[in-house]
Amino acid sequence: MSATVAFRTCPFTGRKIDPVADRLTQANAVLAVVSLLIGAVAAVLLVLTRWQAVHLLNAEWFYRILGVHGMNMLIFFIIFFEMAVLHFTSTALLNARNVAPKLSWASFGLMVLGAGMVEWLMWTGKADVLFTSYVPLKAHPLFYLGVILFAVGALLVTAIFFANLHVAKRERRYEGSLPLVVFGAATAAIIAVITLLHGAAIYIPTFLWSLGLMNVDAQVYRLIWWGLGHSSQQINVAAMVAIWYMLGALTVGAIVLNEKISRMAFVLYILFISMASAHHLLVDPGMGPSWKVVNTSYFMYMAVLASMVHGFTVPAGMELGQRLRGFTRGMFDWLRRAPWGDPGFSGLVFSVVLFGFIGGITGVTIGTEQINIIVHNTLRVPGHFHATVVAGTAMAFMAVTYYLIPLVFRKRVAFWGMARIQPYVFSIGMTIFTMTMTFAGSFGVPRRHWDISFSQAPFSVQFSPAVDLLLALMAIGGLLAATGAFMFIAIAVVSVFFGQPLGELTPGVAVAGVPQGLTHPPVHAADVDRRAEELQATRSIWGPAPGTMALVFVFLGAFVVYFFVNWKVLSFVWKIG
Amino acid sequence: MADIHTGLDSPRGIWWKPAHRNEKLWVTIAFAWCMVLFAMMPLWHWKGGQNPSGIRRRVEPAAFYQRTQEFITQYRVGEDHGIPIVAPPPGSDIYLAAMTYQWTPILKLQQGAEYTLHLSALDVNHGFNLNPLNVNFQVVPGYDYGLRVTPTEAGDFRIICNEFCGIGHHTMVGRVIVVNEKGEEVTRAGGQP
Repeated sequence: MSATVAFRTCPFTGRKIDPVADRLTQANAVLAVVSLLIGAVAAVLLVLTRWQAVHLLNAEWFYRILGVHGMNMLIFFIIFFEMAVLHFTSTALLNARNVAPKLSWASFGLMVLGAGMVEWLMWTGKADVLFTSYVPLKAHPLFYLGVILFAVGALLVTAIFFANLHVAKRERRYEGSLPLVVFGAATAAIIAVITLLHGAAIYIPTFLWSLGLMNVDAQVYRLIWWGLGHSSQQINVAAMVAIWYMLGALTVGAIVLNEKISRMAFVLYILFISMASAHHLLVDPGMGPSWKVVNTSYFMYMAVLASMVHGFTVPAGMELGQRLRGFTRGMFDWLRRAPWGDPGFSGLVFSVVLFGFIGGITGVTIGTEQINIIVHNTLRVPGHFHATVVAGTAMAFMAVTYYLIPLVFRKRVAFWGMARIQPYVFSIGMTIFTMTMTFAGSFGVPRRHWDISFSQAPFSVQFSPAVDLLLALMAIGGLLAATGAFMFIAIAVVSVFFGQPLGELTPGVAVAGVPQGLTHPPVHAADVDRRAEELQATRSIWGPAPGTMALVFVFLGAFVVYFFVNWKVLSFVWKIG
Repeated sequence: MADIHTGLDSPRGIWWKPAHRNEKLWVTIAFAWCMVLFAMMPLWHWKGGQNPSGIRRRVEPAAFYQRTQEFITQYRVGEDHGIPIVAPPPGSDIYLAAMTYQWTPILKLQQGAEYTLHLSALDVNHGFNLNPLNVNFQVVPGYDYGLRVTPTEAGDFRIICNEFCGIGHHTMVGRVIVVNEKGEEVTRAGGQP
């Protein structure tokens, strides 16, 4: 039956591409961009409201738009894009075919239907329960049903992903083991199954509760909902890390240092990530201290170790890739002479750095049982996850899109000059936004709050005067980042729907609208193994990747300082036990 | 290190090989740091002064409301904005009920004394934030969170709700007064009464 597929051959990589898988990747990517547009418009309205001097929306619309922003960004944008990644990695990277085109389209339809229902009910004010919909806040029953349909569609796509892998192996579409990037995507898919099962376990009872058919305990809801809510962010992490390896390979010929270490790090994600739900319940009344300590530490921080491993192997692979291509001088020549004008490369670097330095360090620190006392429900929480999900994951997704447009859509990237600066605009904006948000949270400014001037409250509340400045800067950073997001949306939409066809390309000749990694493929020299052995033979204590070693020690230093400063701050508050 | 390849290529043959030397060093350091991160939590339970342990049990919202009313009747000393002010003796169990959009009662505590603060919600989830100290707890309906607290400084504090509880969420502010060791109310830094 496989013979019926009319593969096309990719002009860049020589891989065989199934046109059905191509169209599925395209459809999911387009829906991701549509969700991103809705979420980004919502983001602008939100920052202009939390900027107290502007205070744009009224209370009702602020909370409504906050729910819209959360659902579109964290669920629809991210998951539609991940579905595109699953369709792409399980076929194009393996010369393989989509084994169930009809079911693939049916699941896509289910997801669109579910998302449409959720949008409708949120915008019409029938689901003012924010993203988390904590019971006993109640939304219209169809809101929960919409989420369930979306999740079922996504679950079916993960099943198709595994079926694609299985059939590709059986039909001998590739030799040897799965490439690391596909292995990473498979990790994301496995975590997706765990996550979506949690989703079913909580949204189905909540749907029945909304119809008056059963009771749902408020604490049990929080426990299982976060099994969905936090684990879904770990799908992002796994998918993002897989994209890091992919972009490293495409832009600078990054090598895999060691398959064993990188793959074991992915497996650690699968084993320990489902405990992440506990991060949200550290100051909840339902669980005891030993449960909190064991679970919040992902059983002794094994998932954190995994991220620290990838945070090393990705840049080290890039450094060694560059050194093997001849950029061997000094510690950082490889980095200085990297293709900074390629948005696939600059986006990758920003994603790794901001995810690690801001998202990672704040996340592990605020997810410590006792430190959470000075963090829970303050702006420090969204400060953290915007650094991981937006500056990290969304940036990686945008960066890889600059490669997917020529590779999958076979179009040139429109507004090429704008595309080259887009990662800079977006990342500078997100850096300002996440850092000011985190600092404002350190003063106790609550998240999800319409008016911290408390003009309608019975008692006056005064924050430090620094808070007003921080919230104004946060708005400016947010607007800059939103500008970056709108630039990306304009580029993606115009490229895909009105873009210039790719046409014939000659290797070594730069073309506007085609990333450098495709016009100047970073192929290794014929004598790469000899060069690698020379690199390995270095006598320097820093080893063959000295630049990366220096960078990870800077990272560790920042981590240690931030972590212990927080313990010190905690020790100043009232005695609590 | 033969067999140089990228993450897009299928590794051929057996890829279970000894780790790269840079990698070995970093994984060892990262693992040691993860152990430090882990050890800090049990250590703080043992030596530290701030832990979210508490006494935790289920409670019916109606029963918690009843208990809070009894507590208010017993120790009531005044009223502010229609909310009773209570001054319980040091060492006692004290009750704070969260409901849309009010914290009740106003607590008048003594600096340096320990109390067992019972937190619960009567309707939906609420968030306890002690301003300006930035101490936060989740307040969940159906659960009584009994935290042993010792106010270490005197002043006039606020309780902000920081879990979304409905359209009036941002108006939900409560008050805690901590008198100094001589029993006097003091103005806290920042100039608030």
